[in-house]
Amino acid sequence: MKEQLEKIRASAMEALALAREATDLEALRVKVLGKKGELTAVLKMMGKLSPEERPVMGQLANETRAAIEAELEHRRQEIAAAAMERKLAEEAVDVTIPGEEIAMGHKHPMNTALDEAKEIFIGMGFQILEGPEVELADYNFTKLNTEEGHPARDWSDTFYLKEDSSVLLRTQTSPMQIRAMEAIKEPPIRILAPGRVYRKDEVDATHSPMFHQIEGLVIDKGITMADLKGTLETLVKSLYGEDSVVRFRPHHFPFTEPSCEVDVQCFKCHGAGCPTCKGEGWIELLGAGMVHPKVLEGCGIDPEVYSGFAFGIGLERMAMRRFQISDLRLIFENDIRFLQQF
Amino acid sequence: MNISRKWLNEFVEINASDREYDEVMTIAGQKVETVTRLDETIRNVKVGKVLSIVRHENSDHMWVCQIDVGEDEPVQIVTGAQNVHEGDLVPAALHNSYLAGGVHITKGKLRGVASNGMLCSIQELGLTKNDFPDACEDGIWILNDEGARVGQDINEVIGNDDSVVEFEITNNRPDCYSLIGLARETAAAFNKPLKLHEPVVKGEGEGDLSELLSVEVPADDLCNRYSARMVRNVKIGPSPKWMRERLRAAGIRPINNIVDITNYVMVEYGQPMHAFDYRYITSGKIVVRRAGSDTEVTTLDGVVRKLQPDMLVIADDNRPVALAGIMGGENSEIVDDTTDVVFESANFDGTSVRKTALALGMRTESSAKFEKNIDPMLTLPAVNRACELVELLGAGEVLSGVIDILNYVPEPFTLPLEPDKINALLGTNIPEADMIEYLAREQVPVENGIIRVPSWRPDLRRMADIAEEVARFYGYNEIPTTLMRGATTRGGYSEQQKVENKAGAAARAMGMSEIITYSFVSPSVCDLIRMPEDDVRRNMVKILNPLGEDTSVMRTTALPSMLDILSRNYAYHNKAVKLYELAKIYLPVEGEALPYEPKMLVFGAYGPGESFFAMKGRVEALLKAIRAGEARFEADKQNPSYHPGRCARLIVDGKCVGTFGQVHPQVAKNYGMDCEVYTAELHFTDLMTVLAPEPTFTALPKYPGVSRDLAIVCREDVTVGALEDCIRNAGGKLLREIKLFDIYRGVGILPGCKSVAFSLRLRADDRTLADTDIDPVISRILKALASELNASLR
Repeated sequence: MKEQLEKIRASAMEALALAREATDLEALRVKVLGKKGELTAVLKMMGKLSPEERPVMGQLANETRAAIEAELEHRRQEIAAAAMERKLAEEAVDVTIPGEEIAMGHKHPMNTALDEAKEIFIGMGFQILEGPEVELADYNFTKLNTEEGHPARDWSDTFYLKEDSSVLLRTQTSPMQIRAMEAIKEPPIRILAPGRVYRKDEVDATHSPMFHQIEGLVIDKGITMADLKGTLETLVKSLYGEDSVVRFRPHHFPFTEPSCEVDVQCFKCHGAGCPTCKGEGWIELLGAGMVHPKVLEGCGIDPEVYSGFAFGIGLERMAMRRFQISDLRLIFENDIRFLQQF
Repeated sequence: MNISRKWLNEFVEINASDREYDEVMTIAGQKVETVTRLDETIRNVKVGKVLSIVRHENSDHMWVCQIDVGEDEPVQIVTGAQNVHEGDLVPAALHNSYLAGGVHITKGKLRGVASNGMLCSIQELGLTKNDFPDACEDGIWILNDEGARVGQDINEVIGNDDSVVEFEITNNRPDCYSLIGLARETAAAFNKPLKLHEPVVKGEGEGDLSELLSVEVPADDLCNRYSARMVRNVKIGPSPKWMRERLRAAGIRPINNIVDITNYVMVEYGQPMHAFDYRYITSGKIVVRRAGSDTEVTTLDGVVRKLQPDMLVIADDNRPVALAGIMGGENSEIVDDTTDVVFESANFDGTSVRKTALALGMRTESSAKFEKNIDPMLTLPAVNRACELVELLGAGEVLSGVIDILNYVPEPFTLPLEPDKINALLGTNIPEADMIEYLAREQVPVENGIIRVPSWRPDLRRMADIAEEVARFYGYNEIPTTLMRGATTRGGYSEQQKVENKAGAAARAMGMSEIITYSFVSPSVCDLIRMPEDDVRRNMVKILNPLGEDTSVMRTTALPSMLDILSRNYAYHNKAVKLYELAKIYLPVEGEALPYEPKMLVFGAYGPGESFFAMKGRVEALLKAIRAGEARFEADKQNPSYHPGRCARLIVDGKCVGTFGQVHPQVAKNYGMDCEVYTAELHFTDLMTVLAPEPTFTALPKYPGVSRDLAIVCREDVTVGALEDCIRNAGGKLLREIKLFDIYRGVGILPGCKSVAFSLRLRADDRTLADTDIDPVISRILKALASELNASLR
């Protein structure tokens, strides 16, 4: 009997080692361990053994069974693992085939540039404000210290909607200064007002009768020109990098005093002069200044108590520089092949 | 304003390079636009001496010259000109030289004879007879009397060894439209002495000015000051070379000595002047008046100008002889045989001059200056300077005395110097003494803390103006940069801007790209989109002075702008195009000066996969993205811009907030598109009023829901929306969701009918639903469908 058990074990082990499929294992299990299996048959003969032999053989039989079962389980796992591997191999894909297309739309590059500017100023406590594009001459000019007779008020430069020149398409976002002061009344005021403006310019690579500006206004006690410089330097460095060089130069606007224009050193030539900066070494970015005391007075704010600064940025120029767009007309043409580049 | 650096040096000596000069002036507030070296155009042209001149062997009109240009060997040049003789000094363009207009000269052969350059005429050097009156007009420029020497660069002979600086002058500084004004700025910026010159007139001419000439100014509101002097026994001729050179550098064509003097003084002082031929001033009487009944005057340029009654003219006893401050009249022009001259140096009202110049379409150097409202104190020194120049040039005999009519004298203006306030505004710590020094450089004296503002600086009126002067010379770039102190403010977007941002993000997530279009359109867009004749949107805000018809009205609908861009993309053969725009429209409001400017959100698409339901899907997704309230859709068969069977109105909270669908094929055709085009126009501003409140958390269901599918047969004209409404109303609170999943027509369904299949989801919050809960709901629904819509279970 002992020989029989060892033979069963040996042959079972050999068969297990050769098995390739889960079904082979099951057949083997039935053949050896099943009710009519080889091992079961041997066990049925236990009764014929002597009482001394029985426990010894019994133990041997159990050990044989356990060993076969353990190997069976081991092989089952091995075969399952191999089967999984084969399946995965079959399922492999060419990862270089393009993914399923999800068409994403694109923000207009000018609004991308605008949003960048908005974020910078929101971080400095500015509120974003909007206002009318069809505007009263009073707001666009008079309250901005631009008297009747000023050349900017000419019909050759400004679009008018009333014969008496009282209503126009705003030529600048600066009337938002007046609207903000009238609406908020009590400083502190910190607003940023982007929007469309209109001037009587024929369309070409750098001009458009409609374009966009961003107006900024700060009014509070103790606001200085140094604050204006600090704020605008923060803007320029956020937009064009920490190492950009900024220069302030005196200028004139009717509604600010002192006034300035802000240039950034040409990125291409670093001030040496090149075609990008038209040989000047500097690129004009924006106009700014300390709010004119007359403008403050006109809005009921006492210039002896409060001071402030304002600035205006041409958005198209900013976006064109940001994305190196060569022709302003592309901005309003809205060719999808252009829009999809940004 | 263009100035010659050589001329400038007469007033303030500056040795800086052109680039340094540009930098210093720009930083000090007089922005330099360009600096042009005058000797950069003409290059490698030298003064040559003709050593010999012989006939060309193969030509009967050409000559072969040996020219000494100051080098070891003479240069052989062939010329076709007939006015060159042995011993003449001539301009010789050598091999690899450049002439006016970029003409490049290289050596070559002319009929077999080597020519190593070219002899030049004045035209080839960019000059005219006005610049060099003695030069031959149809031959080589002979330099024998020009003080030239062999080998000299021709630019030195012409006077091109100079730079012209172009300044951008700001409106507040009329004084800087003059050489003296810019010299003052230059002296201040470089902190160098300014050399000013007081004109001295001998005035030894014979005659009594007051007997010969009288001036009346009835239009005293438009003429602040009128100064005049007279010159007799004038000898008209060319002005000297130095004067012609300077005028040319300033961009002014030399004419004759008297006219050149008026222009020279205008450049120096910024005071426009005019010279009249005394012969043609009837009764020796000058009247400064409005045109009144005079209807025309012929100006110097030979053009007849139509006058309006309120235009200011200079007249004699009976007719206009000049357009005040703009241009003189032909009838009193200085001509070759003029003998007696009246110099006018006046100060006219800027606005009047500007309006007249604009109305007549003739902006002149003179009118441009008067427009800026120049200093009335200038007229006297200017007219004296002109007379001084007459005497200097020996051009005539100046009479003693000046006629000077003063209607307006600016009050001497003073204001206190307030160093503390200035420092507080600038954020600086500049000592008072420094401020006084900066102002002194600008010739603005400060005495005992009082600033005495000179007449030429009407821009200095308040502390802020003085602060700018101080800042300019302290240096804008020396002012520290600080961050704002004071109360902090909360920055951010308004509620509407936040929703706009969400809407834009949603539109892009759906594959639409953003466009930006003009707010003004052509009135013809109304017809292009088949707008009815009586549509209120045809009432548009009109621009009275548009650039053209195409941009002449403010849009009342954003649809045409979108169609325009779709059409352009279509023309570019862009295959699949999906766009959105958040666009303002401008709606006139009765009784209001300003229109209402609400925002529209417009979608537009064409290309593969586009359909009514693709567009509807976008509209629905957008509403979810911005959390609009419950939406309803109604067929709109009446909108002429849209396909009558594929157009819907969007209704939220009972308010129509949009229209969308397939653009009417005729409209698409009007825009040159031969394909299905879909658009949606959503009233964004109105949508803002129907937004659902911020969501709060609802507990997740504890009990499972149950699905029931219903296939309903109904007549074709019953809409899915009606079926859904009926089911929803009948379903009660257990019915949580209705989902359409099939519409079937065909075998088994009667003609004129359809089968519509819904999947219903039912759920209770407090228990698992049993059939006894569900069955009554279903039967209620079926009963309602049968009674209300004559629909039955399939």
